[in-house]
Amino acid sequence: MIRPIVIVGASMGGLRAAESLRKGGYTGGLVVIGDESHAPYNRPPLSKEVLAEHVDHAAVAFTIPPILEDVEWALGSPVASADLQVQSVTTADGRVLDYSALIIATGLRPRRLEFEGMPPRGSHAIRTLDDAMALRSELKPGARVVVYGAGFIGCEAAATARKLGAEVTVVGKGSVPLLRPLGEQLARDIQSRQEAHGVKFVMNSNLVRIAGTETVTGVVLDSGLTLACDVLIEAIGSEPNVEFLQGNDIDIESGIHVDGTLHALRVNGQPWENVFAIGDVARFPIPQFCETTRRVEHWNIPTEMARKVGQILSATMTENPALADHLAKPFAPIPSFWSDQFEVSLLSYGLLDQADDIRLLEGAVGGNCVYGYFKGESMVGVCGIGMRSKIMGYRNSVGLTPEGGSSALS
Amino acid sequence: MIKIHVDMDKCQHYGQCVFEAPTVFALNEDDKLEYHATADDSELENVERAIDVCPMQAIAFAK
Ligand SMILES: Cc1cc2nc3c(=O)[nH]c(=O)nc-3n(C[C@H](O)[C@H](O)[C@H](O)COP(=O)(O)OP(=O)(O)OC[C@H]3O[C@@H](n4cnc5c(N)ncnc54)[C@H](O)[C@@H]3O)c2cc1C
Ligand code: SF4
Repeated sequence: MIRPIVIVGASMGGLRAAESLRKGGYTGGLVVIGDESHAPYNRPPLSKEVLAEHVDHAAVAFTIPPILEDVEWALGSPVASADLQVQSVTTADGRVLDYSALIIATGLRPRRLEFEGMPPRGSHAIRTLDDAMALRSELKPGARVVVYGAGFIGCEAAATARKLGAEVTVVGKGSVPLLRPLGEQLARDIQSRQEAHGVKFVMNSNLVRIAGTETVTGVVLDSGLTLACDVLIEAIGSEPNVEFLQGNDIDIESGIHVDGTLHALRVNGQPWENVFAIGDVARFPIPQFCETTRRVEHWNIPTEMARKVGQILSATMTENPALADHLAKPFAPIPSFWSDQFEVSLLSYGLLDQADDIRLLEGAVGGNCVYGYFKGESMVGVCGIGMRSKIMGYRNSVGLTPEGGSSALS
Repeated sequence: MIKIHVDMDKCQHYGQCVFEAPTVFALNEDDKLEYHATADDSELENVERAIDVCPMQAIAFAK
Protein backbone atom coordinates (compact mmCIF):
# COMPACT_ATOMS: atom_id res chain seq x y z
CA MET A 1 0.00 0.00 0.00
CA ILE A 2 1.21 3.53 -0.75
CA ARG A 3 1.83 5.38 2.48
CA PRO A 4 -0.32 8.46 3.16
CA ILE A 5 0.89 11.89 4.20
CA VAL A 6 0.15 12.17 7.91
CA ILE A 7 -0.62 15.47 9.61
CA VAL A 8 -0.45 15.52 13.42
CA GLY A 9 -2.64 18.21 15.00
CA ALA A 10 -6.16 18.87 13.73
CA SER A 11 -6.42 22.60 14.23
CA MET A 12 -5.85 25.57 11.95
CA GLY A 13 -2.34 24.54 10.90
CA GLY A 14 -3.34 20.93 10.18
CA LEU A 15 -6.45 21.91 8.27
CA ARG A 16 -4.69 24.49 6.13
CA ALA A 17 -1.87 22.06 5.36
CA ALA A 18 -4.38 19.50 4.11
CA GLU A 19 -6.06 22.17 1.98
CA SER A 20 -2.79 23.34 0.54
CA LEU A 21 -1.72 19.79 -0.39
CA ARG A 22 -4.95 19.21 -2.29
CA LYS A 23 -4.81 22.62 -3.96
CA GLY A 24 -1.27 21.79 -5.03
CA GLY A 25 -2.53 18.69 -6.82
CA TYR A 26 -1.67 15.96 -4.32
CA THR A 27 -4.41 13.34 -4.61
CA GLY A 28 -2.92 10.55 -2.50
CA GLY A 29 -3.81 9.40 1.01
CA LEU A 30 -4.10 12.04 3.68
CA VAL A 31 -4.70 11.39 7.38
CA VAL A 32 -5.09 14.13 9.98
CA ILE A 33 -4.67 12.98 13.58
CA GLY A 34 -5.91 15.19 16.39
CA ASP A 35 -6.22 14.59 20.11
CA GLU A 36 -9.23 16.88 20.57
CA SER A 37 -12.57 15.32 19.72
CA HIS A 38 -13.64 18.46 17.84
CA ALA A 39 -13.09 19.13 14.15
CA PRO A 40 -10.78 22.16 13.58
CA TYR A 41 -12.03 25.41 15.08
CA ASN A 42 -10.83 28.97 15.53
CA ARG A 43 -9.05 29.64 18.84
CA PRO A 44 -9.01 33.46 19.22
CA PRO A 45 -12.74 33.62 20.09
CA LEU A 46 -12.06 31.36 23.10
CA SER A 47 -10.93 34.28 25.25
CA LYS A 48 -13.56 36.60 23.75
CA GLU A 49 -16.91 35.58 22.22
CA VAL A 50 -16.92 31.98 23.46
CA LEU A 51 -16.60 33.15 27.08
CA ALA A 52 -19.01 36.03 26.64
CA GLU A 53 -21.79 34.48 24.59
CA HIS A 54 -23.11 30.98 24.74
CA VAL A 55 -21.69 29.89 21.42
CA ASP A 56 -20.79 26.28 20.67
CA HIS A 57 -18.41 24.42 18.35
CA ALA A 58 -20.50 25.21 15.25
CA ALA A 59 -20.00 28.94 15.78
CA VAL A 60 -16.20 28.68 15.77
CA ALA A 61 -15.65 25.66 13.50
CA PHE A 62 -13.64 26.20 10.33
CA THR A 63 -15.42 25.34 7.11
CA ILE A 64 -14.09 22.10 5.65
CA PRO A 65 -13.96 22.71 1.89
CA PRO A 66 -15.15 20.03 -0.57
CA ILE A 67 -11.59 19.31 -1.76
CA LEU A 68 -10.98 17.68 1.63
CA GLU A 69 -13.80 15.18 1.14
CA ASP A 70 -11.56 12.10 1.14
CA VAL A 71 -9.27 13.13 4.00
CA GLU A 72 -9.34 10.81 6.99
CA TRP A 73 -9.86 12.71 10.26
CA ALA A 74 -8.61 10.54 13.11
CA LEU A 75 -9.85 12.56 16.09
CA GLY A 76 -9.92 11.94 19.82
CA SER A 77 -6.59 10.22 20.42
CA PRO A 78 -3.14 11.83 20.42
CA VAL A 79 -0.05 10.58 18.68
CA ALA A 80 1.91 9.08 21.57
CA SER A 81 5.15 8.30 19.77
CA ALA A 82 6.89 8.58 16.43
CA ASP A 83 9.73 6.77 14.72
CA LEU A 84 11.16 9.07 12.09
CA GLN A 85 13.63 6.42 10.91
CA VAL A 86 10.98 3.87 9.88
CA GLN A 87 8.48 6.69 9.17
CA SER A 88 5.61 5.80 11.45
CA VAL A 89 3.51 7.29 14.23
CA THR A 90 1.57 5.48 16.94
CA THR A 91 -1.55 6.89 18.60
CA ALA A 92 -2.38 6.50 22.28
CA ASP A 93 -5.15 4.08 21.37
CA GLY A 94 -2.66 1.82 19.63
CA ARG A 95 -2.99 2.59 15.92
CA VAL A 96 0.26 2.48 13.97
CA LEU A 97 0.39 4.58 10.80
CA ASP A 98 3.24 4.53 8.32
CA TYR A 99 3.70 7.80 6.46
CA SER A 100 5.38 9.03 3.31
CA ALA A 101 5.72 12.51 4.79
CA LEU A 102 4.86 13.94 8.20
CA ILE A 103 3.55 17.43 8.96
CA ILE A 104 3.58 18.36 12.63
CA ALA A 105 1.09 21.02 13.73
CA THR A 106 0.63 20.17 17.39
CA GLY A 107 0.69 23.72 18.74
CA LEU A 108 1.12 24.61 22.38
CA ARG A 109 -0.50 23.78 25.68
CA PRO A 110 -0.84 26.16 28.61
CA ARG A 111 1.77 26.01 31.32
CA ARG A 112 -0.10 25.07 34.51
CA LEU A 113 0.50 25.84 38.15
CA GLU A 114 1.59 22.90 40.22
CA PHE A 115 1.33 23.63 43.91
CA GLU A 116 1.14 20.81 46.37
CA GLY A 117 -2.37 20.32 47.72
CA MET A 118 -3.97 22.56 45.06
CA PRO A 119 -7.78 22.38 45.19
CA PRO A 120 -9.11 20.22 42.33
CA ARG A 121 -11.66 22.77 41.11
CA GLY A 122 -11.82 26.50 40.38
CA SER A 123 -8.66 27.03 38.34
CA HIS A 124 -8.73 27.19 34.56
CA ALA A 125 -6.49 27.64 31.57
CA ILE A 126 -7.77 28.65 28.13
CA ARG A 127 -6.48 26.79 25.11
CA THR A 128 -9.28 24.52 23.93
CA LEU A 129 -13.00 24.87 23.37
CA ASP A 130 -13.60 22.51 26.29
CA ASP A 131 -11.42 24.77 28.50
CA ALA A 132 -13.43 27.84 27.52
CA MET A 133 -16.77 26.15 28.08
CA ALA A 134 -15.73 24.89 31.52
CA LEU A 135 -14.59 28.40 32.48
CA ARG A 136 -17.61 30.27 31.25
CA SER A 137 -19.99 28.26 33.43
CA GLU A 138 -18.18 29.84 36.41
CA LEU A 139 -18.00 33.43 35.15
CA LYS A 140 -21.15 34.74 36.81
CA PRO A 141 -21.92 38.36 37.67
CA GLY A 142 -20.29 39.14 41.00
CA ALA A 143 -17.89 36.19 40.81
CA ARG A 144 -14.43 37.11 42.13
CA VAL A 145 -11.92 36.28 39.43
CA VAL A 146 -8.12 36.37 39.64
CA VAL A 147 -6.26 36.22 36.34
CA TYR A 148 -2.66 35.14 36.83
CA GLY A 149 -0.55 36.31 33.91
CA ALA A 150 -0.83 39.66 32.13
CA GLY A 151 -0.19 38.67 28.52
CA PHE A 152 -2.74 38.78 25.72
CA ILE A 153 -4.83 35.81 26.78
CA GLY A 154 -4.86 36.99 30.41
CA CYS A 155 -5.83 40.56 29.52
CA GLU A 156 -8.50 39.46 27.06
CA ALA A 157 -9.99 37.00 29.54
CA ALA A 158 -9.95 39.75 32.19
CA ALA A 159 -11.86 42.11 29.90
CA THR A 160 -14.39 39.44 28.97
CA ALA A 161 -14.95 38.39 32.59
CA ARG A 162 -15.40 42.03 33.61
CA LYS A 163 -17.95 42.58 30.86
CA LEU A 164 -19.87 39.62 32.27
CA GLY A 165 -20.04 41.41 35.63
CA ALA A 166 -17.25 39.65 37.50
CA GLU A 167 -14.87 41.38 39.94
CA VAL A 168 -11.55 40.94 38.19
CA THR A 169 -7.97 41.27 39.43
CA VAL A 170 -5.01 40.60 37.16
CA VAL A 171 -1.81 39.49 38.88
CA GLY A 172 1.34 39.84 36.79
CA LYS A 173 5.08 39.44 37.12
CA GLY A 174 6.17 42.58 35.24
CA SER A 175 5.65 46.23 36.12
CA VAL A 176 2.96 46.69 33.46
CA PRO A 177 0.68 44.19 31.70
CA LEU A 178 1.63 43.34 28.09
CA LEU A 179 5.05 44.92 28.61
CA ARG A 180 7.05 42.33 26.69
CA PRO A 181 4.83 42.11 23.60
CA LEU A 182 3.91 45.80 23.31
CA GLY A 183 6.52 47.90 25.09
CA GLU A 184 5.92 50.45 27.83
CA GLN A 185 3.85 53.20 26.14
CA LEU A 186 1.10 51.13 24.60
CA ALA A 187 1.08 48.73 27.54
CA ARG A 188 0.45 51.54 30.07
CA ASP A 189 -2.23 52.98 27.84
CA ILE A 190 -4.06 49.65 27.74
CA GLN A 191 -3.69 49.17 31.48
CA SER A 192 -5.38 52.50 32.18
CA ARG A 193 -8.20 51.70 29.78
CA GLN A 194 -8.72 48.34 31.49
CA GLU A 195 -8.70 50.08 34.89
CA ALA A 196 -11.30 52.56 33.71
CA HIS A 197 -13.58 49.55 33.19
CA GLY A 198 -12.95 48.36 36.73
CA VAL A 199 -10.27 45.71 36.18
CA LYS A 200 -7.68 45.82 38.99
CA PHE A 201 -3.98 45.09 38.49
CA VAL A 202 -1.52 43.81 41.07
CA MET A 203 1.83 43.88 39.27
CA ASN A 204 5.40 42.83 40.18
CA SER A 205 3.90 39.82 41.92
CA ASN A 206 4.09 36.05 41.88
CA LEU A 207 1.57 33.57 43.14
CA VAL A 208 2.99 31.39 45.90
CA ARG A 209 -0.04 29.48 47.18
CA ILE A 210 -3.61 28.71 46.30
CA ALA A 211 -6.12 28.55 49.12
CA GLY A 212 -9.07 26.17 49.27
CA THR A 213 -9.63 22.45 49.69
CA GLU A 214 -12.50 21.51 47.36
CA THR A 215 -12.32 24.57 45.16
CA VAL A 216 -10.16 27.71 44.88
CA THR A 217 -11.07 30.27 47.54
CA GLY A 218 -8.11 32.60 47.22
CA VAL A 219 -4.53 33.15 46.15
CA VAL A 220 -1.50 34.23 48.15
CA LEU A 221 1.13 36.46 46.54
CA ASP A 222 4.83 36.70 47.34
CA SER A 223 4.21 40.12 48.86
CA GLY A 224 2.07 38.37 51.47
CA LEU A 225 -1.14 39.81 50.01
CA THR A 226 -4.07 37.39 49.88
CA LEU A 227 -6.81 37.85 47.29
CA ALA A 228 -10.06 36.00 47.92
CA CYS A 229 -11.49 34.55 44.73
CA ASP A 230 -13.94 32.03 43.29
CA VAL A 231 -12.22 31.52 39.96
CA LEU A 232 -8.53 31.49 39.03
CA ILE A 233 -7.57 31.87 35.39
CA GLU A 234 -4.01 30.70 34.69
CA ALA A 235 -2.55 32.55 31.72
CA ILE A 236 1.16 32.14 32.38
CA GLY A 237 2.41 31.06 28.98
CA SER A 238 2.65 27.83 27.03
CA GLU A 239 4.77 24.81 26.24
CA PRO A 240 5.19 23.24 22.79
CA ASN A 241 3.59 19.81 22.27
CA VAL A 242 6.68 17.87 21.21
CA GLU A 243 6.97 15.01 23.70
CA PHE A 244 5.81 12.36 21.21
CA LEU A 245 9.00 13.01 19.24
CA GLN A 246 11.33 12.15 22.11
CA GLY A 247 13.89 9.47 21.28
CA ASN A 248 14.29 10.67 17.68
CA ASP A 249 17.19 12.60 16.21
CA ILE A 250 15.29 15.88 16.05
CA ASP A 251 15.84 19.30 17.63
CA ILE A 252 12.81 19.96 19.85
CA GLU A 253 14.38 22.50 22.17
CA SER A 254 11.62 25.13 22.81
CA GLY A 255 9.63 24.08 19.76
CA ILE A 256 10.45 22.06 16.68
CA HIS A 257 13.44 23.62 14.97
CA VAL A 258 12.83 24.04 11.22
CA ASP A 259 14.82 25.61 8.39
CA GLY A 260 13.72 28.26 5.90
CA THR A 261 11.70 25.67 3.96
CA LEU A 262 10.10 24.39 7.17
CA HIS A 263 11.86 21.02 7.17
CA ALA A 264 12.39 19.73 10.71
CA LEU A 265 16.04 19.60 11.69
CA ARG A 266 18.11 16.90 13.30
CA VAL A 267 20.18 17.73 16.35
CA ASN A 268 23.18 18.37 14.08
CA GLY A 269 21.14 20.86 12.02
CA GLN A 270 20.63 18.58 8.99
CA PRO A 271 17.06 18.51 7.67
CA TRP A 272 14.69 15.54 7.66
CA GLU A 273 13.59 15.47 4.03
CA ASN A 274 10.02 14.36 4.72
CA VAL A 275 9.25 15.88 8.13
CA PHE A 276 7.88 19.41 8.48
CA ALA A 277 6.61 21.50 11.38
CA ILE A 278 4.19 24.43 11.13
CA GLY A 279 2.26 26.84 13.34
CA ASP A 280 2.73 27.62 17.01
CA VAL A 281 4.93 24.57 17.60
CA ALA A 282 7.57 25.53 15.00
CA ARG A 283 10.74 27.47 15.81
CA PHE A 284 11.87 29.02 12.55
CA PRO A 285 14.32 31.54 11.10
CA ILE A 286 12.77 34.91 10.40
CA PRO A 287 15.77 36.93 9.22
CA GLN A 288 13.65 39.87 8.07
CA PHE A 289 13.00 40.59 11.75
CA CYS A 290 15.53 38.91 14.00
CA GLU A 291 18.80 37.06 14.00
CA THR A 292 17.78 33.98 15.94
CA THR A 293 15.15 31.32 15.31
CA ARG A 294 11.96 31.62 17.30
CA ARG A 295 8.33 30.64 17.63
CA VAL A 296 5.73 33.23 16.63
CA GLU A 297 2.38 32.50 18.24
CA HIS A 298 0.27 34.63 15.95
CA TRP A 299 -2.78 33.56 14.07
CA ASN A 300 -1.55 34.27 10.54
CA ILE A 301 1.55 32.09 10.89
CA PRO A 302 0.02 28.55 10.76
CA THR A 303 -1.87 29.36 7.55
CA GLU A 304 1.16 30.83 5.82
CA MET A 305 3.42 27.97 6.88
CA ALA A 306 0.82 25.43 5.82
CA ARG A 307 0.69 26.98 2.36
CA LYS A 308 4.44 26.76 2.02
CA VAL A 309 4.66 23.12 3.13
CA GLY A 310 1.65 22.18 0.99
CA GLN A 311 3.34 23.68 -2.06
CA ILE A 312 6.65 21.92 -1.40
CA LEU A 313 5.13 18.53 -0.62
CA SER A 314 2.52 18.48 -3.35
CA ALA A 315 5.15 19.49 -5.90
CA THR A 316 7.43 16.73 -4.58
CA MET A 317 4.70 14.09 -4.77
CA THR A 318 3.50 15.12 -8.24
CA GLU A 319 7.02 15.65 -9.56
CA ASN A 320 6.13 19.20 -10.46
CA PRO A 321 9.12 21.25 -11.65
CA ALA A 322 7.81 24.19 -9.58
CA LEU A 323 9.42 22.39 -6.62
CA ALA A 324 12.79 24.02 -7.23
CA ASP A 325 11.14 27.46 -6.97
CA HIS A 326 9.34 26.58 -3.76
CA LEU A 327 12.57 25.33 -2.24
CA ALA A 328 14.58 28.34 -3.39
CA LYS A 329 12.22 30.81 -1.70
CA PRO A 330 12.51 30.68 2.07
CA PHE A 331 9.49 31.26 4.27
CA ALA A 332 9.29 35.03 4.89
CA PRO A 333 6.07 36.02 6.65
CA ILE A 334 5.01 39.35 8.07
CA PRO A 335 3.66 38.33 11.48
CA SER A 336 0.34 39.90 12.35
CA PHE A 337 -1.89 39.82 15.39
CA TRP A 338 -4.91 41.56 16.74
CA SER A 339 -6.39 41.70 20.22
CA ASP A 340 -9.71 42.93 21.54
CA GLN A 341 -10.11 44.20 25.10
CA PHE A 342 -13.19 46.31 25.80
CA GLU A 343 -13.24 49.07 23.18
CA VAL A 344 -9.52 48.61 22.54
CA SER A 345 -8.91 46.91 19.28
CA LEU A 346 -5.22 46.38 18.56
CA LEU A 347 -3.73 45.49 15.21
CA SER A 348 -0.06 44.81 14.60
CA TYR A 349 2.38 43.84 11.87
CA GLY A 350 5.98 42.77 12.37
CA LEU A 351 7.81 41.64 15.50
CA LEU A 352 7.35 44.33 18.12
CA ASP A 353 9.57 42.71 20.76
CA GLN A 354 12.64 43.26 18.56
CA ALA A 355 12.45 47.04 18.95
CA ASP A 356 14.80 49.15 21.03
CA ASP A 357 12.92 52.37 20.33
CA ILE A 358 9.17 52.98 20.13
CA ARG A 359 7.74 56.15 18.60
CA LEU A 360 4.21 57.48 18.41
CA LEU A 361 3.61 57.89 14.66
CA GLU A 362 -0.01 59.01 14.56
CA GLY A 363 -2.85 59.90 16.91
CA ALA A 364 -2.54 60.45 20.64
CA VAL A 365 -1.91 58.50 23.84
CA GLY A 366 -5.28 57.53 25.29
CA GLY A 367 -7.05 57.83 21.95
CA ASN A 368 -6.63 56.11 18.63
CA CYS A 369 -2.93 55.82 17.88
CA VAL A 370 -0.22 54.16 15.82
CA TYR A 371 3.21 53.32 17.20
CA GLY A 372 6.29 52.46 15.18
CA TYR A 373 8.71 49.91 16.64
CA PHE A 374 12.29 50.58 15.60
CA LYS A 375 15.56 48.70 15.81
CA GLY A 376 18.18 51.20 14.76
CA GLU A 377 16.71 52.83 11.69
CA SER A 378 14.60 49.83 10.67
CA MET A 379 10.94 49.73 11.56
CA VAL A 380 10.54 46.14 12.77
CA GLY A 381 6.90 46.54 13.68
CA VAL A 382 3.82 48.71 13.79
CA CYS A 383 0.96 48.49 16.25
CA GLY A 384 -1.95 50.69 17.12
CA ILE A 385 -5.43 51.14 18.48
CA GLY A 386 -8.16 51.86 15.93
CA MET A 387 -6.75 53.57 12.81
CA ARG A 388 -6.83 50.35 10.82
CA SER A 389 -6.12 51.81 7.40
CA LYS A 390 -3.19 53.78 8.78
CA ILE A 391 -1.68 50.71 10.42
CA MET A 392 -2.21 48.65 7.27
CA GLY A 393 -0.41 51.33 5.30
CA TYR A 394 2.79 50.54 7.22
CA ARG A 395 2.55 46.76 6.73
CA ASN A 396 4.78 46.53 3.72
CA SER A 397 7.51 48.68 5.18
CA VAL A 398 8.20 46.64 8.32
CA GLY A 399 11.37 44.58 8.42
CA LEU A 400 15.08 44.95 9.08
CA THR A 401 16.86 47.15 6.58
CA PRO A 402 19.90 45.44 5.10
CA GLU A 403 23.08 47.57 5.31
CA GLY A 404 22.90 50.28 2.72
CA GLY A 405 19.79 48.84 1.04
CA SER A 406 16.08 49.43 1.29
CA SER A 407 13.72 47.43 3.49
CA ALA A 408 14.08 43.68 3.09
CA LEU A 409 10.39 43.44 2.35
CA SER A 410 9.86 46.32 0.02
CA MET B 1 -18.31 35.13 -12.08
CA ILE B 2 -17.90 34.39 -8.37
CA LYS B 3 -20.27 35.59 -5.67
CA ILE B 4 -19.02 36.68 -2.29
CA HIS B 5 -20.80 37.20 0.99
CA VAL B 6 -19.38 38.71 4.16
CA ASP B 7 -21.33 38.16 7.36
CA MET B 8 -21.29 41.74 8.66
CA ASP B 9 -22.38 40.60 12.13
CA LYS B 10 -19.14 38.65 12.35
CA CYS B 11 -16.78 41.01 10.49
CA GLN B 12 -14.65 43.11 12.84
CA HIS B 13 -13.06 45.15 10.05
CA TYR B 14 -9.57 43.75 10.58
CA GLY B 15 -8.80 44.27 6.90
CA GLN B 16 -6.72 41.11 6.52
CA CYS B 17 -8.79 40.22 3.44
CA VAL B 18 -7.75 43.49 1.81
CA PHE B 19 -4.16 42.31 1.36
CA GLU B 20 -5.23 39.07 -0.30
CA ALA B 21 -7.84 40.45 -2.70
CA PRO B 22 -7.48 44.22 -2.91
CA THR B 23 -9.78 44.54 -5.92
CA VAL B 24 -12.61 42.87 -3.99
CA PHE B 25 -12.18 44.13 -0.40
CA ALA B 26 -11.29 47.57 0.96
CA LEU B 27 -11.57 49.54 4.18
CA ASN B 28 -13.39 52.84 3.69
CA GLU B 29 -12.57 56.21 5.29
CA ASP B 30 -14.24 55.12 8.53
CA ASP B 31 -12.13 51.94 8.57
CA LYS B 32 -15.18 49.82 7.81
CA LEU B 33 -15.10 46.96 5.33
CA GLU B 34 -16.58 47.46 1.89
CA TYR B 35 -16.57 44.74 -0.75
CA HIS B 36 -17.85 43.77 -4.16
CA ALA B 37 -20.41 40.99 -3.93
CA THR B 38 -19.32 39.68 -7.32
CA ALA B 39 -15.90 39.32 -8.88
CA ASP B 40 -14.29 37.97 -11.98
CA ASP B 41 -13.29 34.28 -12.00
CA SER B 42 -9.67 35.35 -12.07
CA GLU B 43 -10.09 36.53 -8.46
CA LEU B 44 -11.03 33.04 -7.27
CA GLU B 45 -7.67 32.19 -5.75
CA ASN B 46 -7.31 35.57 -4.07
CA VAL B 47 -10.78 35.32 -2.55
CA GLU B 48 -10.02 31.80 -1.33
CA ARG B 49 -6.98 33.20 0.43
CA ALA B 50 -9.05 36.03 1.91
CA ILE B 51 -11.50 33.46 3.27
CA ASP B 52 -8.59 31.63 4.93
CA VAL B 53 -7.04 34.68 6.54
CA CYS B 54 -10.20 36.30 7.89
CA PRO B 55 -9.81 36.13 11.69
CA MET B 56 -13.57 36.09 12.17
CA GLN B 57 -14.16 33.57 9.38
CA ALA B 58 -16.77 35.98 8.08
CA ILE B 59 -16.25 35.54 4.34
CA ALA B 60 -17.91 32.85 2.22
CA PHE B 61 -18.78 32.20 -1.39
CA ALA B 62 -22.45 32.91 -2.03
CA LYS B 63 -24.58 30.58 -4.12
C1 LIG C 1 -7.41 31.74 23.91
C2 LIG C 1 -6.58 32.12 22.71
C3 LIG C 1 -6.77 33.36 22.10
C4 LIG C 1 -6.00 33.74 21.00
N1 LIG C 1 -6.21 34.96 20.44
C5 LIG C 1 -5.46 35.37 19.40
C6 LIG C 1 -5.65 36.66 18.82
O1 LIG C 1 -6.53 37.42 19.23
N2 LIG C 1 -4.87 37.01 17.78
C7 LIG C 1 -3.89 36.19 17.30
O2 LIG C 1 -3.18 36.59 16.36
N3 LIG C 1 -3.70 34.95 17.80
C8 LIG C 1 -4.45 34.52 18.85
N4 LIG C 1 -4.25 33.26 19.39
C9 LIG C 1 -3.21 32.39 18.81
C10 LIG C 1 -3.72 31.47 17.70
O3 LIG C 1 -4.96 30.93 18.02
C11 LIG C 1 -2.71 30.36 17.48
O4 LIG C 1 -1.55 30.97 16.94
C12 LIG C 1 -3.18 29.24 16.56
O5 LIG C 1 -4.30 28.59 17.10
C13 LIG C 1 -2.10 28.23 16.33
O6 LIG C 1 -2.55 27.19 15.50
P1 LIG C 1 -1.81 25.80 15.38
O7 LIG C 1 -2.61 25.00 14.39
O8 LIG C 1 -0.38 26.00 15.15
O9 LIG C 1 -1.89 25.15 16.83
P2 LIG C 1 -3.15 24.80 17.74
O10 LIG C 1 -4.32 25.60 17.36
O11 LIG C 1 -2.69 24.83 19.14
O12 LIG C 1 -3.48 23.29 17.34
C14 LIG C 1 -2.72 22.18 17.70
C15 LIG C 1 -3.64 20.98 17.78
O13 LIG C 1 -2.85 19.80 17.89
C16 LIG C 1 -3.36 18.98 18.93
N5 LIG C 1 -2.27 18.11 19.44
C17 LIG C 1 -1.29 18.44 20.30
N6 LIG C 1 -0.48 17.36 20.51
C18 LIG C 1 -0.98 16.35 19.77
C19 LIG C 1 -0.59 14.98 19.56
N7 LIG C 1 0.49 14.45 20.16
N8 LIG C 1 -1.35 14.22 18.74
C20 LIG C 1 -2.44 14.75 18.11
N9 LIG C 1 -2.84 16.03 18.26
C21 LIG C 1 -2.12 16.82 19.08
C22 LIG C 1 -3.86 20.01 19.93
O14 LIG C 1 -4.76 19.45 20.84
C23 LIG C 1 -4.53 21.01 19.01
O15 LIG C 1 -5.83 20.61 18.66
C24 LIG C 1 -5.01 32.86 20.48
C25 LIG C 1 -4.83 31.59 21.09
C26 LIG C 1 -5.61 31.22 22.18
C27 LIG C 1 -5.40 29.87 22.82
S1 SF4 D 1 -10.63 39.90 7.19
FE1 SF4 D 1 -12.67 39.29 7.88
S2 SF4 D 1 -13.05 40.50 9.71
FE2 SF4 D 1 -11.37 41.44 8.59
S3 SF4 D 1 -12.32 43.00 7.32
FE3 SF4 D 1 -12.08 41.17 6.09
S4 SF4 D 1 -14.07 40.15 6.37
FE4 SF4 D 1 -13.95 41.63 8.01
